[in-house]
Order: sequence, then structure tokens, then C-alpha cells
Amino acid sequence: MSAPHSSATLSRKAAIVGIGATEFSKDSGRTEMQLALEAVKAALDDAGLKGSDIDGMSSFSMDHNWENEILRQVGGKELKFFSRTEFGGGAACGPFVHAATAIASGLCNTVVIYRALNERSGLRFGAGQLFNTSPLDPNIINFSHYFPYGFMTPAAWIAFSARRYMHEFGATSEDFGRVAVAMRDFAATNPNAFFYQKPITLEQHQTSRMIADPLRLLDCCQESDGAVAFVVTSVERAKHLANIPAVIAGARQSIASTTRMMTPFYGESISGIPEFDACADDVYGMAGLSPADIDMACLYDHFSPWVLPQLEAFGFCKRGEAKDFVKDGHIGRGGKLPVNTHGGQLGEAYIHGMNGIAEAVRQIRGTSVNQVANVNHVLITAGAGVPTGAAILAKG
Amino acid sequence: MSDPAVAALLELVTPLVNRRVGPYNGWNPVTRTQIWQWCMAMGDENPLYLDDDYRAANTDFTGAVAPPTMMQMWTMRAVNGDHGPGSTRQNPYEILAIMEQHGFAGVMAVSYDQTFHRYLQEGDQVHHYSTIIKISDLKTTGVGKGFFVTEKAEYMDQNNEVFAEALITYFQYQTPPKQPGAKKAAAPGKINRVHPVENQDTAHFWQGLRDGKLLIQRCTSCNTLRHPPQPMCEKCQSLQWDCIESTGQGSVYTFTVMHYPEIPPFDYPNTIVLVDLQEGVRIVSQLIDTKPGDVHIGMPVAMQIKEVQDGMSLPLFRPVQK
Repeated sequence: MSAPHSSATLSRKAAIVGIGATEFSKDSGRTEMQLALEAVKAALDDAGLKGSDIDGMSSFSMDHNWENEILRQVGGKELKFFSRTEFGGGAACGPFVHAATAIASGLCNTVVIYRALNERSGLRFGAGQLFNTSPLDPNIINFSHYFPYGFMTPAAWIAFSARRYMHEFGATSEDFGRVAVAMRDFAATNPNAFFYQKPITLEQHQTSRMIADPLRLLDCCQESDGAVAFVVTSVERAKHLANIPAVIAGARQSIASTTRMMTPFYGESISGIPEFDACADDVYGMAGLSPADIDMACLYDHFSPWVLPQLEAFGFCKRGEAKDFVKDGHIGRGGKLPVNTHGGQLGEAYIHGMNGIAEAVRQIRGTSVNQVANVNHVLITAGAGVPTGAAILAKG
Repeated sequence: MSDPAVAALLELVTPLVNRRVGPYNGWNPVTRTQIWQWCMAMGDENPLYLDDDYRAANTDFTGAVAPPTMMQMWTMRAVNGDHGPGSTRQNPYEILAIMEQHGFAGVMAVSYDQTFHRYLQEGDQVHHYSTIIKISDLKTTGVGKGFFVTEKAEYMDQNNEVFAEALITYFQYQTPPKQPGAKKAAAPGKINRVHPVENQDTAHFWQGLRDGKLLIQRCTSCNTLRHPPQPMCEKCQSLQWDCIESTGQGSVYTFTVMHYPEIPPFDYPNTIVLVDLQEGVRIVSQLIDTKPGDVHIGMPVAMQIKEVQDGMSLPLFRPVQK
């Protein structure tokens, strides 16, 4: 635990009152700007609000859509606050921290959060990505230690940690596979999921092609096109709106001293996720909750192996025991901590984690296609292996 | 292309699936001269192939042995398309030709899996048969829409015994229609490794490699070593540093064997290691001179700096016996 919960002033001051999304596909056939607008409009409609109600915005640094363009087109008047968060999917919780902080401080009242990407039909991250080669770009200075060897895909970077996790705790490829099987089971009953009606067996996982040993094809999320948006407003305003508010009870960003951008290879141990170890106590503390209070979780599952240390960091099981927790069925349908009931990024779509946060809101509202009974508190996490964040949503 | 057009094309080619054609005969028997030339060209110094004394002492082979990967060479057709005497005139790639006529004019080989059953020796006479065993549904990929077509090639000796097999998958795809006035695309150049980009914080490291040294940064205030290079010591915040030269000895801390996607110009599978250097810092590199699966945590490794392409020297690692 770091400082006492000094940021507790943002706790339970803001709530997610609107969610919106486009369809998820392999080729959206339209610009990221249009995707963003469709999702933002849908989120405003869901909240029962208009563009003119917005006075703040927050998104990912990687998002290509400018706030002013969105504001004008959705009929907005002015923005008093806007912010971006860096580091790919690690940005999935940052905008909620920023929105809650801005609302709690009185800077603004209603923040739209959006992420739109044509990641599949456009530049695919998994293809071996190339960056700007200017020495002024911090990305290429970092990745120059890896790309010349052909070490240039997210799956391969994650494989380093997954291999250590296996080595240190006796986990196997099957333990990773059980995560994928659970996600695909939920996706199979979610009509919005890319893998709707396409569950997999552990055997199919075990015979799927090797991508970057020990990661098999079915350990890797798909690449997707689509957009997700949210409306966050003050809990006072939320009382006058139709939806059950998903109150931001605790939320924090997290960078540890050993954090590197996708290449966290130099800490004493690389089998865990130090960013989540560092922030878990704070997030629970801000919310005044403990792991036993969490009814379900939406965890960042770009690659199945890294779901395991997340379960450990947030106290659902001890270090090294997540494989048994998963094997006992606890993260699956009917388990004691269902995880990613929308199917996760492994089963629904890869929208940089934002589709998982939308599912967390549906679970709070009681409107998920795979609804868990009596959901009061949901844990959400942003990307692993990068600067990141986590949050707890509570039923308002 | 509309679905009926795809269906019509598939109706034409599907009957040709599983039709085995051949033989395609070699022009010459396996000879020592050809083996020598291959080994010289490839830099393959395995004594099994041409060292008669080694072979006599260690194996039952009586003549020069051909490297298995020469397989495809023995029955290669001449530039006019002819195979050796007695070969069939039938085109093994009729399916691809039909697809080409229907607008799927682009072709690329996407995988090549080989199985070797026995070595060839000088005097063996080679022929092969070809069968298209599979056509995929219409798929959309980065280069366009097309079909994955899988060929099975059986390589046989004079006794009709299969000594090697290959499964080759081609992607036969629709090339985009030409834009009027569009410039002719430049001929694709050779794809190189991504060149490291240097700045003032890292230039010494890359220059060190070009000079044949793996340099590890050392804080001159508290002597803490660090890698990758950075301006400030994270222990004592000093900006003063020099370097020590690494011995290049270490062990594998973790690893991955990369299979897919195959990023040019690398050979696959590509084994990437995180090495704990003896000096106490870690470095990422490639493991070379080892079979793909032959790597484990704790494996002792040693570095060799190689100029992998013009102006790019990298510290690569190979297993060492301890």
C-alpha cells in the first residue's frame, strides 16, 4: 500500500450513466471518427442526455479522434475538461479516474469517454508493428533493443512472463487454456461477441497452433474494429436519470518502478504484474471493500496467461494459486467470481478493454446476457504489462 | 467477386483436388559434385555429407550423403518447364492456373512443411509426385481475397520408396484492379531487420557492438550496472557513467519460440531469449545454433557479436556445454 487513500475524495462522487457501442467486426468499413461518433451518440441516448450536456471528455492517447471534432458533431457547446491516457490498453481505467477526479473537484459535470479503433482492418498490432523511426520517438528507442531480433509482437513479449509463471508456479499451457475456455463459453451466449455460438474445448486449445511458445492461438485475443463510449456524471445528476448508476467507488492509475512499455523484463521477478500488486489495496481502500465483496470482475484479457496474476494481485487467491482457482471453475459460468461474462477480449472483441468496462456496467444494471445474480460490486482492470489502472464500480 | 462466381470457380477446381500427378523425374542421379556445391553455397560443414573418414567411422553409409534439404532440388524443372526424361507432361498446378484465369492472379507460398524419412546417397535416382489435397474457403487477408491451396509432394527413390514429403500451402489471391495512370510499383527490395535507432542515451551501446564489444553501463558514482542504457542511475541518481565490457557469458532467464506471424527476414521458428548476464544485468537476444525446442530456463549461453547485415552488429547467443 502506498500513501493512505488520499484520493478518496473521488470515491462515489461520479457514476457511469450511459454506455454505447458499435458492432464489433473485422472490417468496420467506416472511419474511426464515425465509429467514435456512433458510440458516443449511443451512450448519450442510453443516458437520456444530449450533446449539449457534455462538458468534459477523456480518451486514450492512441485514439485518433480529436475531442473538438466529436464535440461539434454531437451538438456540444463547450468542454471545460479533456484528457488523454497513454500506453495502449493500459489506458482503459485512466479516463474514469480522470473523469471522477474532474467531477469530484467541480471542474466539470458530465464527461464522455470514448475509444474507437480500426485495429483489425487498419494497423494490426499483432503483425509486428513498426513505429516512427525518428530518434525523437521514445517508442523506437525502447523497441530498438527488441525489434532487430524479430522480437516484435505482443504475444512474444507476454510469452517471456508466461514462461516464468509456468516455471515458478508449475502452471501449464492447460491452465492458460482454461481461461480461454471460460471466456469463450461466455462469448458463445453473447450475440454481440465475435465468437457467438463458438465455444471451445480445452482440447481445441491444446491443439491450436503455437504463436509464441508457450502462447497458442487460442491464448491470444482477436484483433477487432469497433468503438465503445461512456457517459460519466455526478452521482447527484445520476439520481435524475433513468439507468441504475454504476458508481465509481475506487479508481487509480498505476506505474511501478519496474514498469516498462510492453517489455517489463528487468524487475527481480517478471512472473507477476507489479502495477496491480501496487494499486490493489488502494482501490479496495478507496471503495471501502475487500476481495470478498466483489461479485464479478472484468479483467484485461489480451492474452490468457495474464489473467492469472491479476486474480492473485487483487486477492482472490494466493500468489501462484490462480491456476487452481481457475481449474476449480471459479471464473466461469456459475463460479464464485465470474470473469468477463461478455466473453472478454478473447471472445467478444478487442476494444482496448473498454468493452469489458461496458459489461461491468451492464452487470451492475442487471442487463447482461450472462447476468450474475445480485451484483453490487465489480472490479475492472486495464492492460497488463504496461502502465495501467484498476477500478471498482458499485451499484448506485 | 460475387458468391455465384466463387461457387462456379470452386465447381471447376474441386474435382481436381486429390488427383495425384507424376512422376516428375530428376535429370541426374545424386552425385558428390552436386552435394559439394550445395554445402559450399550454404556453408554447411556437417562431416556426414562429404567426409568419407568420418562417415566410415561413425555410420553405415557407403557413399556421400545428401543434405535432406536438397530434396526439392533433385527433380527441379529446367527453365523451359521440362522435367527429366520419362516425366509426365501434366501440369501439377492446373488448379492454380484456373484460379489465375478467374482473376486470382497473385500467388505466394505461405508455408512449407517437410518430413524426411531417410537420407539420400550418391547414386540414388529421384522422382516425385504432386497432389493438391486441399482448397480453403474464400479468405480475406492483408493482401486480398483468395484461397489457401495445399499441395502434397512425395519424393521417391528408384525403388519407389518415399524418402521425403512436403506440404506446401500457397495463397492464390485476387490482385487489386489497376488504377488508371497508377505508377508501376517499385520492385520489392530485400527486407532487412529493423535497424536500431540511436539517440544520445544509447549511441555508445550500438557503437560498442560495431566495435565488437557488448558494453554495460556503469554508474561511476555507485558502480551499479544497468541495461538497457538510460541517462540516470536508478540507485543514486547520478548522471555520470562509463561502461564495462561484458564477457557475454550468462544463462537463459526466460524465452519464447516465435512461430507466427513470420516476420521477414527472420528464419522460423525464431527463439528469443532473456539472458541473465554473468555481470548481473539482463539482455534480450536471439538464440542461434540450436534446434527450436532445444532451450530451457537456466541454459548456459555465450555471446557472439555478428554483423547480421550492413552496419548492424548484434550480440547473439548460443548454448554452451558446462
